[in-house]
Amino acid sequence: MLEPNLQDGKREARLVAVRATIAAGLVILALSLVAVRLVHLQVDQHNHFSVLSTDNRVKLQPLPPSRGLIYDARGVLLADNHPSFSLEITIEKVGDPHATIDALARLITIEGEDRERFERQMRRRARFQGVPIRLNLTPAEVARFAVDAHRFPGVDIRAELVRTYPLGADTAHVLGYVGRINEQELTRIDGSSYAGSQFIGKGGVEKAHEALLHGQVGYQQVEVNARGRVIRTLESRPPISGEDLHLYLDVALQHAARDALGQERGAVVAIDPRNGGVLALVSTPTFDPNLFVEGIGQDDYQALLNSPDKPLFNRAVRGQYPPGSTIKPFVALAGLAAGVTTPERPTYCPGYFSLPGHSHRFRCWRRGGHGAQNLEQAVVQSCDVYFYDLANRMGIERLSGFLSQFGFGALTGIDVAGELSGLMPSPEWKQRVRQELWYPGETLIVGIGQGSFLATPLQLATATAAVANHGHFIQPRVARAAQAPGQPLAQSLPLVSRPIEVGNAHHWDRLIDAMAGVVEGERGTARRIRSPDYRIAGKTGTSQVFSLGQGQTYNAKTIPKDLQDHALFVAFAPVEDPRIALAVIVEHGGSGGATAAPVARRILDAYLGGSTVLSEAGGEHAD
Amino acid sequence: MRTRVRGAPSMQDEMKRGLGWSGSLVGEALGREQPGLWQRIHLDAPLLVALLALCGFGLMVLFSASDQDLAAVQRQLARLAVAFVLMIGVAQVPPARLRSWSPSLYGVGVIVLIAVLVVGDVGKGAQRWLDLGVVRFQPSELLKLAVPMMLSWLLSARALPPKLAWVGLSALLTLIPVVLIARQPDLGTALLVASAGMMVLFIAGVGWRVIGALAVAVASLTPLVWLGMHDYQRARVLTFLNPESDPLGAGYHIIQSKIAIGSGGLDGKGWLNGTQSHLEFLPERNTDFIFAVIGEELGFTGILVLLAIYLFIILRGLVIAAESRDRYGRLLAGGLTLVFFVYVFVNTGMVIGLLPVVGVPLPLISYGGTSMVTLMVGFGMIMGVHTHGRRGRA
Repeated sequence: MLEPNLQDGKREARLVAVRATIAAGLVILALSLVAVRLVHLQVDQHNHFSVLSTDNRVKLQPLPPSRGLIYDARGVLLADNHPSFSLEITIEKVGDPHATIDALARLITIEGEDRERFERQMRRRARFQGVPIRLNLTPAEVARFAVDAHRFPGVDIRAELVRTYPLGADTAHVLGYVGRINEQELTRIDGSSYAGSQFIGKGGVEKAHEALLHGQVGYQQVEVNARGRVIRTLESRPPISGEDLHLYLDVALQHAARDALGQERGAVVAIDPRNGGVLALVSTPTFDPNLFVEGIGQDDYQALLNSPDKPLFNRAVRGQYPPGSTIKPFVALAGLAAGVTTPERPTYCPGYFSLPGHSHRFRCWRRGGHGAQNLEQAVVQSCDVYFYDLANRMGIERLSGFLSQFGFGALTGIDVAGELSGLMPSPEWKQRVRQELWYPGETLIVGIGQGSFLATPLQLATATAAVANHGHFIQPRVARAAQAPGQPLAQSLPLVSRPIEVGNAHHWDRLIDAMAGVVEGERGTARRIRSPDYRIAGKTGTSQVFSLGQGQTYNAKTIPKDLQDHALFVAFAPVEDPRIALAVIVEHGGSGGATAAPVARRILDAYLGGSTVLSEAGGEHAD
Repeated sequence: MRTRVRGAPSMQDEMKRGLGWSGSLVGEALGREQPGLWQRIHLDAPLLVALLALCGFGLMVLFSASDQDLAAVQRQLARLAVAFVLMIGVAQVPPARLRSWSPSLYGVGVIVLIAVLVVGDVGKGAQRWLDLGVVRFQPSELLKLAVPMMLSWLLSARALPPKLAWVGLSALLTLIPVVLIARQPDLGTALLVASAGMMVLFIAGVGWRVIGALAVAVASLTPLVWLGMHDYQRARVLTFLNPESDPLGAGYHIIQSKIAIGSGGLDGKGWLNGTQSHLEFLPERNTDFIFAVIGEELGFTGILVLLAIYLFIILRGLVIAAESRDRYGRLLAGGLTLVFFVYVFVNTGMVIGLLPVVGVPLPLISYGGTSMVTLMVGFGMIMGVHTHGRRGRA
């Protein structure tokens, strides 16, 4: 066209051809670079990216097992799982969670408390994990939301099984309760077996039998899309439900025991002496465990925490009291077993006891003294001087060693979480803890169950059961058997027991006769509760809240209630073939015979049958 | 003189020798003499077949990438039909007429660009579209054609290689629309328009020193470009440098596309079976990241087939440029072909993590109309260059 001449035209054509060739070369080079990179990605790193691709789309979802149920001895359901609906917001799917909450609040009730919990949990959530804004929706609320659900993408109703305790406060202290897993528990539990589980046992049987009740987590492999939505299930392994527990506990007795304590602060532990099964375990006042399952409100919690009655305190297994005179039958047995006394050997009680060479007078509760007392009389009338003398002659080492066989000063190993061990004083203990020497006077105090000596109601009941069954110390158990899902029969849980040697099997009979005398004897301290229907063996006790000085007298009328003595009573019945052994404590109840023994009688009547009519006699202050 | 050139078989031989393709299979296919029919309808059979193959491949991939959305495939098919009709129409226009339209087309393009900046519609956070009431169109697309046409017009008036002054003027004429487009901001199109200018200059035989000087000039402008960038553009560059730094945000695209391609392996997961794409882990899988779908579902093998088609089209375009007898045609065909290559390279380079994420579609495969129409009109021009003036003109 515009070429000036052929030579120029040729030259230009060559120039363009050369450039086109270079361009072609560069293009091939560039595309080769792409190809090389692709070989790197698709051949060299293929396995790596295949794994990433699978990780992307395949999610392992835990399927939480449903918690085992708990039944009482007669099959009454004590702990159930019921479906509960909560409303969850997936933050990634809603633009502005607060605007969504405001819109939801026009539909269902959302309290400030709900918003606070939401804010707290929002900060700790994983990607695409729903955060609950409301728990425990009523069926009406579920229906109301369902109608408008299309307006709320990213807001879902979630059903989960939530623990309920049909008997509520009656079983609170023995069963404990479950609650949401907290940070501290997270470090303790095996993360994979609790994947997907929301709840864990927080106390009582729920905590002690967590391993049986929880069950095994299941898994499903699901394919999800980039928004976390499940497209299909690839593989699944169903969860295995926790095992159902069948308890020794008898809810009728449990309720009767709570009734018998009434408004008092106190505790009752009743044990079947034949097998160590816990028939009742009550601590009053009590609380509603259902409040704790979904997380208790701040106000409710503060009220329970600040109450002077300490309703959350499990007195039955954590309350540590001086056992007082309830220890005397065991001290008597210790004397018989050690051979320092015989059933007939008398001790003279002038109303006080002094160690040789000392002027200090250890007083008997009866100022005038009991006169000459043999073992049975001393138990029946609860003569302090007899036991000062016995303890003194036995010595603290033998005394505490023997009492330890009954479980004093050690955990019983009951399947109720949180028990305390009490305290069995000894020179070794005093040296270790207080770096002080043991004084002989302290041995006398241990002999009447006062001073540093502490025992829980559970320990007293367990020890009493061991007397009732003639020397079989059986570890107390609440759960009798566990039934795995799909199994026709429940498997009995093992019993742990050990014998207590007293040298001569007749010692048991002599002691039991003495304890029967406490209820049946003319001078028995618990003669008020004598029953026409069956025979009761027992021992009253009074545990000092504060010590009287030399020469002071105790006057219940002038002492404030919270400084009054604790009233204790241990018993078993029927004497010939004991089916129940129990320990009762009424805090600041005054004397055991007057306050604690009648409580025990009502409980025994409820279990053995009989109407509770108390005789008027014996109501005076006595130990 | 013209008769001499037209009739001279030696010219072609010489060129083949020059390209080094003589006797090779590729050379046979690319350089074969056209039959009379194709000449008359002004189409280039090898290019047409390759384009049809490419579009067929693209529709197949789109069917999978769109989750078997037949309606989307049909819309794409309709656009392709329109684009092919336009290509055939443009191919009928003799290069001389194209040349005469070049300055006015360029002028209109720049004016519209300014209009867009002033009254532009905001789409995807950027002013790119001009709403004409009936049609919304992206004027920057026009410049992908207008800039190489304008430069070819300018440089074809004088002997090649151009003198320095003309190179400078060409650079300026390129820079004006590039800056306007970059301000919209549309980095991808600005890059393509800039490359169009550079490619024409390259084909025109601009000396290596000048090319070196231009490269230095571009490099020295980089800090300025960085300062002028929007935050999201800076994020893209930073993400390119270290995609793992923000796996859920800006780096997500690259990480997911590398996973898609890498997990495809040699043979791929099979058509319609790509998990990265169908489960929506791969973003923009119908459009800018469709290359990753191919890599995932058809594997390295499928990608090689695609790259082979692309390479064939590009080489064919370069042969047409080299074979062309008029200067304007050479420059235009070469420039447009190399822009097509830039498309391919920038898109694939981005998807496999070689280049930063720039919004450039995979040509003739990605879902969407505007770039497809521009590209096909460009191929119409290339075919026109090849088929007009062969039989001579007064």
